[in-house]
Amino acid sequence: MCLAVPGKLTELYDAGGIAMARVDFGGVTREACLAYLPEAAVGDYVLVHAGFAITMVDQAEALQTLEDLRQLGELAGEEDSGPA
Amino acid sequence: MNDFTLSCPLPITDRKTIVLGHGSGGKLSAQLIRQMFLPAFDNPLLNRLDDQAVLAVGGARIAFTTDSYVVTPLFFPGGDIGKLAVHGTINDLAMCGAQPLALSAAFILEEGFAMQELRLVVDSMAEAARAAGVPIATGDTKVVPRGAADRMFITTSGVGLVPEGVNISAANARPGDQILLSGTIADHGMAVMSKRENMEFEGALESDTAALHRLVADMIAAGEIHALRDPTRGGLGATLVEIAGTARIGVEAESAAIPVNEPVRAACELLGFDPLFVANEGKLVAFVAPESAARVLAAMRANPLGRQAALIGQAVEAHAGLVLLRTEIGGSRVLDLPFGEQLPRIC
Amino acid sequence: MKYVDEFRNHALARSLLAEIRRTVTRPWVIMEICGGQTHSIVKYGLDQLLPPEIELAHGPGCPVCVTSLELIDRAHAIARRPDVIFCSFGDMLRVPGSAGDLFHIKALGGDVRVAYSPLDCLKLARANPDKRVVFFAIGFETTAPANAMSVWQARALGIENYSALVSHVTVPPAMVAILESPTNRVQAFLGAGHVCAVMGWEEYEPLAARYRVPIVVTGFEPVDLLEGILAAVRQLESGRYEVENRYARAVRREGNLEAKRMVFRVFEPCDRAWRGIGVIPGSGYRLREEFAAFDAARMFDVGAIVSQEPAECISGLVLQGARRPLDCPAFGVRCTPETPLGATMVSGEGACAAYYNYGRRLSP
Repeated sequence: MCLAVPGKLTELYDAGGIAMARVDFGGVTREACLAYLPEAAVGDYVLVHAGFAITMVDQAEALQTLEDLRQLGELAGEEDSGPA
Repeated sequence: MNDFTLSCPLPITDRKTIVLGHGSGGKLSAQLIRQMFLPAFDNPLLNRLDDQAVLAVGGARIAFTTDSYVVTPLFFPGGDIGKLAVHGTINDLAMCGAQPLALSAAFILEEGFAMQELRLVVDSMAEAARAAGVPIATGDTKVVPRGAADRMFITTSGVGLVPEGVNISAANARPGDQILLSGTIADHGMAVMSKRENMEFEGALESDTAALHRLVADMIAAGEIHALRDPTRGGLGATLVEIAGTARIGVEAESAAIPVNEPVRAACELLGFDPLFVANEGKLVAFVAPESAARVLAAMRANPLGRQAALIGQAVEAHAGLVLLRTEIGGSRVLDLPFGEQLPRIC
Repeated sequence: MKYVDEFRNHALARSLLAEIRRTVTRPWVIMEICGGQTHSIVKYGLDQLLPPEIELAHGPGCPVCVTSLELIDRAHAIARRPDVIFCSFGDMLRVPGSAGDLFHIKALGGDVRVAYSPLDCLKLARANPDKRVVFFAIGFETTAPANAMSVWQARALGIENYSALVSHVTVPPAMVAILESPTNRVQAFLGAGHVCAVMGWEEYEPLAARYRVPIVVTGFEPVDLLEGILAAVRQLESGRYEVENRYARAVRREGNLEAKRMVFRVFEPCDRAWRGIGVIPGSGYRLREEFAAFDAARMFDVGAIVSQEPAECISGLVLQGARRPLDCPAFGVRCTPETPLGATMVSGEGACAAYYNYGRRLSP
């Protein structure tokens, strides 16, 4: 129930009294409502669901997770092939 | 706890009306053809279910095809309904290896449609036909009352000549064939979608509409082609499923090998679309004899319409009729015809 | 695409699979709550890559699957009205009610439109003052902030011809219903990552403790799912049962406070009927009394809704993980994606549709 796509805030503005933003999803941009992320700023990454930014992407956490996973692979040594 | 009452909806099998899904190239369309048109028209030419009919006339083989264009909006990034109408029918001829000879163009115009817009579409068609070297030799015009058509519908038919020795048909695909794709997928469908009301996203999205007959000629000269198809409605996925079904072969495709432009991918992610089932208007899929594959791929890449051509899979004997896609993480999934049009989802 | 591609990385996925294989020693049943997670599992073929000891039960986290037949019939009745523009997320358009789906109603002349966001429907209402725009406000907690804002804005801007037909469902009561069932086989949950992005995970802590089930907040990309499964397996193998957050880049314990504030300003909890399961107390949201003028259920009198309920389908049991689709006598025979008997076969990520997809690969 939760198709939410990460994108980068490129512009903040107001429309009809609510906070809006232009979000770049990697070559495609669309507007999204930013009312639920009052501290978000241009350059931040957010998750957008049904036209609303519902949470920030914590970039430090993302990088940490990826680093931890990479180390998991290294600690394990040779990757087994397993069933294809 | 609670009483768990089991509830189920009635199945939608016996539809009383046409719904939009019947025109989207997926399961409903296939059902309509199978249940309505095939039994009524029943003849060996039609029953092959290729995109064109090949008629033996004297010593020659004439390819004959038709297609209707009802796209909304009429103008979209990279093209318009007129260009689609010319390229689409040329491509249907090209998919059996035929050299296109001539097109017809029939217009159904809605009362009140702006003359200026008609002029733009017609000029675009003229330019496309000239560039392709295929004349629009005959045509028809009808006008219907306001509301009876969505501004303009175009039907183009085409005839072509199949050169001697060329035998290209979905049924000819066979195990061992290498599957070549001429370039990036989902460009057209997402370009059109970006202009639809309520969607309104922006990006470098452009329809890939193009006439493929010269690319096909290059490919035929380079090697042994068994089957060709342009993945229009229903996308690459539907095309692979259809060929697998018609030829009774298995297909194994590699997701990572299928090229998709970045903005197109982003647009698909945003709406929850699978690029595999989004329409293309300037691409083809080829089932090629394995010994020829490398040469044909090189010929494709040498042509401006095949620069990003790629080997995306092969035909196999196993699981006849089924298309297996190897996913980015090494799993696999069965591709199936979508039911109707893909719809933007939140789930 | 940033923060997407990295979590579809083949090498990382293989490492996680290897670690899962090394960790698991006996069979476990793990349920992923969210339909989006089911979709991803099918899309990437994750299920077959996991060791055979792990059974993934596909949960009821699919609004398409669980919106009650009565509400769908009500939606259809409203959509049929000539003065209505009926807007819906694409997901709901193909779900059959007692007689047809929204496409069918469109074919008969109803003005049915797909919406990407409820805010677009507000614009539509303003542009069409002579029509009544109704938005089918379905979804789990993830979508509640969006739907709430549309109603809030409608009132603030005086857009009187906009209303929402609300069918929100919430996760924790559904999990309780599953855990309380005498036929429950689920031993751990992959929590719905985006629901938790909004709501946080505090409310799952008492569940994990009371029912002794690990609840791992999990994302949607294949690497996220494998990470969540690994964490669940590690807990199961060591006898732990905690709430663990494996979607750290998107989820914080308290969730999104701004979003929650708006959700509870506009909605209040209520009992909700889940299709195939029945009424689960406190498992839904409805519009608060002060928003009655924007509540399509109250604003439209569509007469008595009589929903027909033929009973061959076992969607309900499947949704709870108590049965697998393959256990159903109609599966693949009378019930297929083309001729669905239940919502779990209609929805692209319903458990039955998912099984149909990879089940076909297993048989020659």
